[in-house]
Amino acid sequence: MTRRLALAASIAALALPALAGPALAAGVEGAVQQQPINVIAIGMFLVFIVATLGITWWASKRTRSAADFYTAGGGITGMQNGWAIAGDYMSAATLLGISAMVYAVGYDGLVYAIGFFVGWPVIMFLLAERLRNLGKFTFADIAAYRLDKNSVRTFAAVGSLTVVCFYLIVQMVGAGQLIQLLFGLPYNYAVVLVGVLMIVYVTFGGMVATTWVQIIKAGLLLFGGTLLAILALWKFGFNYETVAKTAVEARGATGSSLMGPGKLLADPITAVSLSLGLVFGNAGLPHIMMRFFTVPNAKEARKSVFVATGLIGFFFLVVCTLGLTAVSIVGTDPQFFEGGKIGGKILGGSNMPVMHLAKALGGDVFLGFLSAVAFATILAVVAGLALAGASAIAHDLYAGVIMKGKASEASEMRVSKIATAAIGVVAIVLGIAFKDQNVAFLVALAFGVAASVNFPVLLLSMYWRGLTTRGALAGGIAGLVCAVTLVVLSPAVWVKVLGNAQAVFPIDHPALFSMTLAFLVAFVVSKLDASPKAVAERAAFDEQDVRAETGIGAAAASAH
Amino acid sequence: MSSSITEKVRANPKFLELKAKRSRFAWTLMAVVLTVYYVFMAVVAFAPAMMRAPIGAGWTLTIGFPIGAAIIVGAWLTTGLYIRRANGEFEDLTRDIVKEAGK
Repeated sequence: MTRRLALAASIAALALPALAGPALAAGVEGAVQQQPINVIAIGMFLVFIVATLGITWWASKRTRSAADFYTAGGGITGMQNGWAIAGDYMSAATLLGISAMVYAVGYDGLVYAIGFFVGWPVIMFLLAERLRNLGKFTFADIAAYRLDKNSVRTFAAVGSLTVVCFYLIVQMVGAGQLIQLLFGLPYNYAVVLVGVLMIVYVTFGGMVATTWVQIIKAGLLLFGGTLLAILALWKFGFNYETVAKTAVEARGATGSSLMGPGKLLADPITAVSLSLGLVFGNAGLPHIMMRFFTVPNAKEARKSVFVATGLIGFFFLVVCTLGLTAVSIVGTDPQFFEGGKIGGKILGGSNMPVMHLAKALGGDVFLGFLSAVAFATILAVVAGLALAGASAIAHDLYAGVIMKGKASEASEMRVSKIATAAIGVVAIVLGIAFKDQNVAFLVALAFGVAASVNFPVLLLSMYWRGLTTRGALAGGIAGLVCAVTLVVLSPAVWVKVLGNAQAVFPIDHPALFSMTLAFLVAFVVSKLDASPKAVAERAAFDEQDVRAETGIGAAAASAH
Repeated sequence: MSSSITEKVRANPKFLELKAKRSRFAWTLMAVVLTVYYVFMAVVAFAPAMMRAPIGAGWTLTIGFPIGAAIIVGAWLTTGLYIRRANGEFEDLTRDIVKEAGK
């Protein structure tokens, strides 16, 4: 029994660091073993590529203006955008990571999924309609609406690019590992393939193609996940109690621990900091914010959050169900363990339970399908990120700051396409450079920066008359420096990457401290700012507020 | 947008009504969602035994599972509540305000 306990503990220990660098990043903790070539998965993935390239070709004929490129001309419906947002948010890692967590530790996986989810109502109530009414192409448009055009726009663009860059590396490394595990192909194939396809989707098809790639991927992921959950629940007569009972029995001595809270919240400060980062970082992700500029008006913007929230919530419940059913179905089948030793190491690593579940219930065909979908999800997320990055470079830095708003549309489009290609190349290079590295900390960084830089500046600029340029810059820079410093000093970097014995700062997620600091500094500096410019900026709030509330003067949808 | 339109809108009592109603509604819903979430987190952190209580005598499934699922479904329903009012009442008010601003 002691041996069993020790095993369970070691499984939990394997999975728990992955939780910290969550579900966003399935399997980004070091090297994985390449598996045998999976022809069915590769074949199905090729079908996905052909279909999405067809869409890109179709979209390229509809992408003429800069507005088409960045925001599909504002012509996406609320329903379509809702599916696309869900597509942006449900990554391969959500499917693999959260189900793996439920498989390993049970109830904590559900607690974690809820933390990932509650950011959505916040976006609905605070941001969605205002983003639509105030924004044009990027979130910097809003931050710089009544503040200094050059400095605030530059800073917002840098904030966006930082988040995009961290997030891209995570996705590229995830793609490389997934291709080894799921397709049985070498790591570098995935990185180059993802980089090249992303460049093709975005440069030729712009936001129209990116949106449809997201919608298709969201549909496939929901279909695959739901079908698998139905097959799994069928085995238990669609009785959740039977699922729970069988799972507890299958896990043996430590089984009952699956049914309640475990180690996740053992340290409340870590938990609060993590959840703040998840809830508010979500609202500061540039590729998510960008989606609100693709709908024609505030009404559709709200509708899209409602649809997205429903789909994401449903998917999380499905994924948790998959994890719990896998405990007995996968956990008692020797074919899924290294050397056939039940309770030992799971074949392919700790993120694989849901894939093994697919194999157990639907054979090689279902496994192939789900593998192809998992890989396609990375592609779609990466395309969204690239577009957000390209718009920060071309719209904010080039057209806004360098050309002072006087760039011709043709030249801005050209720069955005060059920027997309450059981002693709950088992503490939970084993806290869970070091979076999532990990049879980980059997820903490991406969310930490989004919550501590983008979100405070955005929220205050929308809601607080008193915010001035100096306040926004000081608050944003304080948040950025604090978030990056704390992550570097945290166990995820200081111990796991730099190899020190003990972390200077004990918590992996900085948001509780860095976000609070950003708000505080922005508030104090704005209050102390008595410059003539600050007076004008506060006065300009009225006009901004009218537009935010009513949409008068908002960027309109272009006619197609 | 010209400053005359801004002034006109700001002087419209319907604008003040819209602002007040929407902000009260949105902040209330947000407070509800975040309070429920952080109370849940606090129970999970400080009184985990409560979540481990079985649903009924002889059950393996604990009440933590339906509570967790209810939080997800409930949070989604509040967004539904919000758009029902926002896309109805608030949109009507906004349309009036925009129309009157153009006069």
